[in-house]
Amino acid sequence: MTEKDVFQTIDDVFLENERTELLAPVGGDGGDGGTDAPRKRSLQSRRSRSDTVFQTVAFAAGATTVGIMLAVGLFLSIRAGSALQVAGISFLFTQEWSPETGHFGIAAVLFGTVTIAIIALCVGFPLALGTALLLSEVVRGRVRSFLVSLVDLMAAVPSIVFGLWGVFFLQAAIVPVAEWISTYFGWIPFFAVTGDDGARLTEASAFTSSAFIAGIVVGLMVVPTQASVMREAFSQAPIGEREGAFALGATRWGMIATVVLPFGRGGIIGGTMLGLGRALGETIAVYMIISPLFSINWQVLKTGTNSVSALIALRYGEASEFGLSALMAAGLVLFLITLVVNFTASSIVARSRSGAESL
Amino acid sequence: MTTTYEAPGSASAPGGPDAVTAVVAADFETDEYEADFGGEAPTRIPSSEGVEIGPRRGVRSATLDERFNIVGSLAGGMALATLLFGWISPLTGVVGWFVVAYLAFIGFYMLLVSMRSDFQEVKDRVATVLMVSAGVMLFGALVFIVVYTLIRGSEALPYVNFFTQTMELTGPLDPLSSGGILHAIVGTLIQISIALAITVPLGIATAVFLNEVGGRFARFVRTIADAMTALPSIVAGLFVYAAIIQLFTHQRSGFAAALAITVMMLPIVIRASDVVLRLVPGNLREASYALGTTRWRTVWHVVLPTARSGLVTAVILGTARGIGETSPVLLTSGITAVMNVNPFEGPMISLPLQVFDFVRSPEPTMIARGFGTAAVLILLVLGLFIVARVIGGRGPGQLSDRQRRNAQAESLRDLQRITMLDDRIYAGDYPPARATQNIVSTAPKPSDPEETSL
Repeated sequence: MTEKDVFQTIDDVFLENERTELLAPVGGDGGDGGTDAPRKRSLQSRRSRSDTVFQTVAFAAGATTVGIMLAVGLFLSIRAGSALQVAGISFLFTQEWSPETGHFGIAAVLFGTVTIAIIALCVGFPLALGTALLLSEVVRGRVRSFLVSLVDLMAAVPSIVFGLWGVFFLQAAIVPVAEWISTYFGWIPFFAVTGDDGARLTEASAFTSSAFIAGIVVGLMVVPTQASVMREAFSQAPIGEREGAFALGATRWGMIATVVLPFGRGGIIGGTMLGLGRALGETIAVYMIISPLFSINWQVLKTGTNSVSALIALRYGEASEFGLSALMAAGLVLFLITLVVNFTASSIVARSRSGAESL
Repeated sequence: MTTTYEAPGSASAPGGPDAVTAVVAADFETDEYEADFGGEAPTRIPSSEGVEIGPRRGVRSATLDERFNIVGSLAGGMALATLLFGWISPLTGVVGWFVVAYLAFIGFYMLLVSMRSDFQEVKDRVATVLMVSAGVMLFGALVFIVVYTLIRGSEALPYVNFFTQTMELTGPLDPLSSGGILHAIVGTLIQISIALAITVPLGIATAVFLNEVGGRFARFVRTIADAMTALPSIVAGLFVYAAIIQLFTHQRSGFAAALAITVMMLPIVIRASDVVLRLVPGNLREASYALGTTRWRTVWHVVLPTARSGLVTAVILGTARGIGETSPVLLTSGITAVMNVNPFEGPMISLPLQVFDFVRSPEPTMIARGFGTAAVLILLVLGLFIVARVIGGRGPGQLSDRQRRNAQAESLRDLQRITMLDDRIYAGDYPPARATQNIVSTAPKPSDPEETSL
């Protein structure tokens, strides 16, 4: 059983350095009269066989996890290659999707994805912030732990259930609201609902499958993610600063505004972006609600939008080999976008004062 | 608690019993106080004997005034909205009514609070109301979504055949008394079992690697696992489709679906277990190391048992998420109406995908079946969740009553064993002769694996 020169932790490296520095002269001239210090013992522990096996297995598990993630990126890139070679840079700027004719791109679906995600954030952010503050500042004790587990439960409700609710309840219930907004705020270009000739549309079918409705449903789905990250950050606000604010005569809101919110800023931004990442990737609920459209639709209240994930769910069945490659390319773009959003979010949370421990 | 100080020389205050001072005296650190004045307190604190202390006042509950403000503005808001929607303006829709009523409620409430308080307090009250209403809205939406699904699903649930038959012989126009979702239930169970068989060892081993082995690579793995949580589910499905179905199996199967679910569940299990393992107190590990154990034994006998309930919770929560995944399954498992118990061959449908398939049909009976299936799915998730909460209600290291009794019994046995061993050593018949020789022989060859592994 020989010593291994593999350093598993930084401590091992330090120990090894210490050992070589301290032991070398002692070992070299042990009989020298100048050094009467006792022979330094090595603190390096010798790894037993079971430990070696354990560390190898644990290392292999970690490596497998990384391997799966890398494989996802690798396979998507390889399979997307042939489609991207044909389409080139125009893949990002073409609105149609017909790989059979070689004319395809993700401009429209990407636009739809981003619109739905932004609407989802507009719906989800206030709800998440309010709920997180409620859970960390207002309710206490048993009620709090019950509500916290309700938030967790909401994160586990399958997206198909949200989709069902959106299709069979929300579409009918929200149409009057959408009509009202388009009537009174139609002068804002986003909220107008006009036909091809520019005339205002009023029939209900013009409103039923819009980005607005999909955004509301997705917004509800991302709230738990956002709220739990925010609550985590808020609950770490130091008690001394809270009490300081109260001692200066602040009301509870005054304390929240001056202590909790600045402290949890990283959590707010990071949690929101984590929610954004989920909103971008949501598939089934969006797919059930929208009616797919392959052109950019600026009018968010009007029926017809699309998203990258809905496109994949819509077209994977009928896709040829090349069509599938084009879908892979779309999936790759979605993957990269969520990756960037998520990494940014994680690093914001980790760098903030509140988030050093939470992520 | 209330020590009376007799300060010689100082004019003693008239010793009238004073309730306020008595309360102060109760919280008083008499020793510190005495020390500050060189053992001589300048004031005499009257004894609280015979003083009646009134009932404890609740300082958290709202005053009557405050409650009236809430109730009044709620009533006012609803009345105004009803008035607007019923008579004055041509507004329609339930959602619109709620929005108008809510805005009016906030307005009335601000007005009512500002009649008695200053601007700061108005801000505080309104902020509290906004927070509470965000919570009410979110939890209301959650309850509403769940209850809506259950109610719509209750049309199909009473039929026994819904749980005992498949859709093989049932067409879209057949009534609810024919056909069922047994094949989807079986499919879900098979797929989630395969996914769990991969996820649990891999996920927990990775979490152990992150926490117990550590190092630079572990930090990298943690970053990757974090990034994986945000992997869009459809991309996971696409990956399995490209990597497994197109390269190896060339057909959609339950196994491919299970792999897609694994890709989605793995990061959830890793992160949740990572958090739980991080909560295991470091002094337990150190105590174990101090007893001379190896890392592996510390992990197996100290860290994992301590975190057991949390790990179970992590796995159950991951299962709850994995069961509901639709889009990765959509691409990988295929849709079928017949029972298929072989995960490696042929399409195998699962519950969420069955919901998706049912509600694509315009027939009301099919939609009712879809809601029924969704209700089964929700009840399954809810059940898993409740189990997770019951198990995971305790922190790491907190034992249930039975576990505590077992631990006590075990340490009692240990004690007996050790004391009996002691007696034997004292009597001279332990250790046997072979063992003494062994001790001598360890010195020249310290790399004996038997010796170091314990």
